[in-house]
Amino acid sequence: MQVTTTVNGEARTDEVEDRLLLVHYLRDVRGLRATNVGCDTTSCGACTVLLDGESVKSCTVLAVQADGREVSTVEGLAAADGTLHPVQAAFRQEHGLQCGFCTPGMVMACVSLLKDNPRPTEHEVRDGLEGNFCRCTGYHNIVRAVLVASGQDPK
Amino acid sequence: MSIMGTRVVRVEDPRLLTTGAVYTEDLRDPRLTGALHLTFVRAPMAHARILSIQTADALAFPGVVAVLTAADLGMEPMPPAMPMFTQTMTTSLLATDTVRFVGDAVAVVVTETAYQGQDAADHVHVEYDHLPALIDLREAASDAVLLYPQAGTNTVFAMGPAELDPELFAGCEVVVTQEIVNQRVAAAPLEGRAAAATIEDGRLIMWVSTQAAQDAKGAICRWLGIEPETLRVITPDVGGGFGAKIGADPDHAVVGAVARHLGRPVRWTETRSENMVAMTHGRGQLNTVTIGGKRDGTVLAYRLEILQDAGAQPRIGAVLPALTTLMAPAVYAFPKVEVKARSVVTTTTPTAAYRGAGRPEATHAIERGLDLFAAEIGMDPGEVRRTNLLPAFTEPHTTATGAVYDTGDYAVALDKALAASDYPALRAEQERRRAAGEEKLLGIGLSVYVEITGQAPASEIADVELRPDGSARVLTGTSPHGQGHATAWAMLVSEETGVPMDRITVEHGDTDLIPVGGGTFGSRSLQQGGAAVRQATRELVELARQRAADLLEANPDDIVVDTARAGVHVAGSPDAGVSFAELAAKEPLQVHTTFTSPGPTFPFGAHVAVVEVDVRTGKARLERLIAVDDAGTILNPLLAEGQRHGGYAQGVAQALIEEVRYDPEGNPETSTLATYPFLGITDVPSFEPVDMATPTPYNTLGAKGVGEAGTIGATPAVHNAVIDAVAHLGVRHIDMPTTPMRVWSALRAAEAAS
Ligand code: FES
Ligand code: FES
Repeated sequence: MQVTTTVNGEARTDEVEDRLLLVHYLRDVRGLRATNVGCDTTSCGACTVLLDGESVKSCTVLAVQADGREVSTVEGLAAADGTLHPVQAAFRQEHGLQCGFCTPGMVMACVSLLKDNPRPTEHEVRDGLEGNFCRCTGYHNIVRAVLVASGQDPK
Repeated sequence: MSIMGTRVVRVEDPRLLTTGAVYTEDLRDPRLTGALHLTFVRAPMAHARILSIQTADALAFPGVVAVLTAADLGMEPMPPAMPMFTQTMTTSLLATDTVRFVGDAVAVVVTETAYQGQDAADHVHVEYDHLPALIDLREAASDAVLLYPQAGTNTVFAMGPAELDPELFAGCEVVVTQEIVNQRVAAAPLEGRAAAATIEDGRLIMWVSTQAAQDAKGAICRWLGIEPETLRVITPDVGGGFGAKIGADPDHAVVGAVARHLGRPVRWTETRSENMVAMTHGRGQLNTVTIGGKRDGTVLAYRLEILQDAGAQPRIGAVLPALTTLMAPAVYAFPKVEVKARSVVTTTTPTAAYRGAGRPEATHAIERGLDLFAAEIGMDPGEVRRTNLLPAFTEPHTTATGAVYDTGDYAVALDKALAASDYPALRAEQERRRAAGEEKLLGIGLSVYVEITGQAPASEIADVELRPDGSARVLTGTSPHGQGHATAWAMLVSEETGVPMDRITVEHGDTDLIPVGGGTFGSRSLQQGGAAVRQATRELVELARQRAADLLEANPDDIVVDTARAGVHVAGSPDAGVSFAELAAKEPLQVHTTFTSPGPTFPFGAHVAVVEVDVRTGKARLERLIAVDDAGTILNPLLAEGQRHGGYAQGVAQALIEEVRYDPEGNPETSTLATYPFLGITDVPSFEPVDMATPTPYNTLGAKGVGEAGTIGATPAVHNAVIDAVAHLGVRHIDMPTTPMRVWSALRAAEAAS
């Protein structure tokens, strides 16, 4: 089947297998391999990307379902001159990543969360990221990073 | 200004946050062009004899290049690598005649694409003859069913006295005993296991997601029966390990075997469901603690009997009781300590190291046991601990089990934790809620711990080169997978030389480049790898001073380091100087050195956990975790705190939530992330780390290990807190994880008994 998608602003048409998952399309067809696969039960959120601005688990979406739509991944987040997006910068500043495997999905989930709720409380941050697992950070610094990215002092 | 001890953000992060890391699955190395995909066919039952393997149907699927079994690959059963294990417990990389756990590898399907492998693997037909499952540890110890009939026993490894001392508790006014489960949990790094392999100039080149490339190389060479010079292991970025990626697994060696057999590049990335049954699990001990002492709180004797679940194969898990034994005396001055341990095989996934690996079990056993003792004599848990703590020491202290602690001040750690948590206020609030008959009860749990870090190997290498372009390159034998060594090692080099951090690269994990190295595990990296980097840098600076003295016609003693110019100058005349880059342009400026620690170090600390337990539902929630962790001098607080946070979370997970479960037939009940209760962000609060730093004299950094402290301290503190919340209702003990069902059942049982 043919799929035409705009990924990080770049439109393209590709011939894909019907069953190809969006995450594998992004990784293997589009060559955007920051987005990771951490599970096979839609549990971990490592594969989170934005589909028409809404966060989705790209392991649960078929590539063909993205036809005619826009996908954003972490590769498209920083400015053209390399300046980090505020969420990326806050993750670095607050040490919100260790091994980095959950990070691309986590960062996209945070971007989506802050779009819906620009000044979340700690409780709202935790609720909003419930679908994203991290094994390294204990989540402590991820929460701080989101608060910092939203212009708040995490104390 | 010195950067030592400051919060330096990581040099690794910009890449990880923009293009992402390059994990094994992400590799597009030209040597892997056209790589085939390997899919394992795994046993669907716990214990069976293999009668036949029929591959024709699978071979007919599109894209299938080969379906291979142990026979095709010439794999034979081999004895376990560790000499102290029962040597007749032989296993092969792919099962030859018997499978012993759900997930045991039986065959591999090799295909052009990954999706094709999943299609075809279901059509490899294996005919099995069922054998009985063996899940219960006591039953395993009874040898009624044997997993390795030729061994005549299920015991892999045992240590301790042949007979228990009948007089151990003589003279005790009170003796408490309790069987305590330290349940099996999954390491579950977010990146599972992965490997890729190719043949280059007759050599096998393997990329492995590992914590220790050199160990991986040794293991793969042994399993494949090949010479070390014919294998190169390269470590791509690694998405977490937590002990379960130390060295290599048999599955990694299979990837190498298939590449050799087919003469083509091959790659394998396991699925999560595969990971949950086929990556080694952690913990898995059944411990019986007995504590005897006086009513004033003094403990006179402590006995720990350990039954370790090794899983289906004799791997690292079987030897963990040795560490549990070593650390059994903990932070206490108990006059008598007796430990007896035994590891047995069961029809479950093999066990191995998991964050702490044998030490959390030791701390958990005594810290839970002391609370039982305190409850029995009606004394505050903090008081009981204070009564029995070893006094502060600065000269090495030798314990009853032969550990030599470097430094320790346990009472101060406990006092700090109690003060930071305002312990009296917590107790008052607990009392208030109880008196008011509130449904949300408060529980307060303590733990005081000491652990061993950097135990083995004792040495680590570092190679530092200052280059003519002003940059520096560091080679390290450690193997970061989230810890931030590229940042930390660059800080060490920059501090001594003035070379800016962004001009320093750190490389690791390639056995051609770094043939000798210990890897990263056991909280060893900074105290050995970091110490080696500092030693190499200092030797390098010394070399530069000698060379500069010749060049500047000065006495070497008059040459001083000038970090502002990243070079040296003659003392008192800053203009008469030369940069390291200029020196390197004349002659390579490089030092390779080995640091050897005089001994392992023993970080310690104290945790206070505060939980809320809903008496109606049994649901326990962690409200606060106040944690004093003394890991010696801290190089980069940002990184050290990150390690602590991650450890706390995994410790909390074990106390409250996580458990790998099997049904009586040995079928895993937690084989996906939908069924394994992986700790999520709403399960924990923000943590409250408290600083304490007693330097170790064993390295010039004063650093001890910090990677596992959080897990070791948090699990017993949180576990104790849950039981403390409901202790006044007659509950004495609840095993981990303290799920709502378990707590609720314990409450009902206590109610019925009263
Ligand atoms: S890969 Fe785990 S939710 Fe998509
Ligand atoms: S940083 Fe390793 S899983 Fe989140």
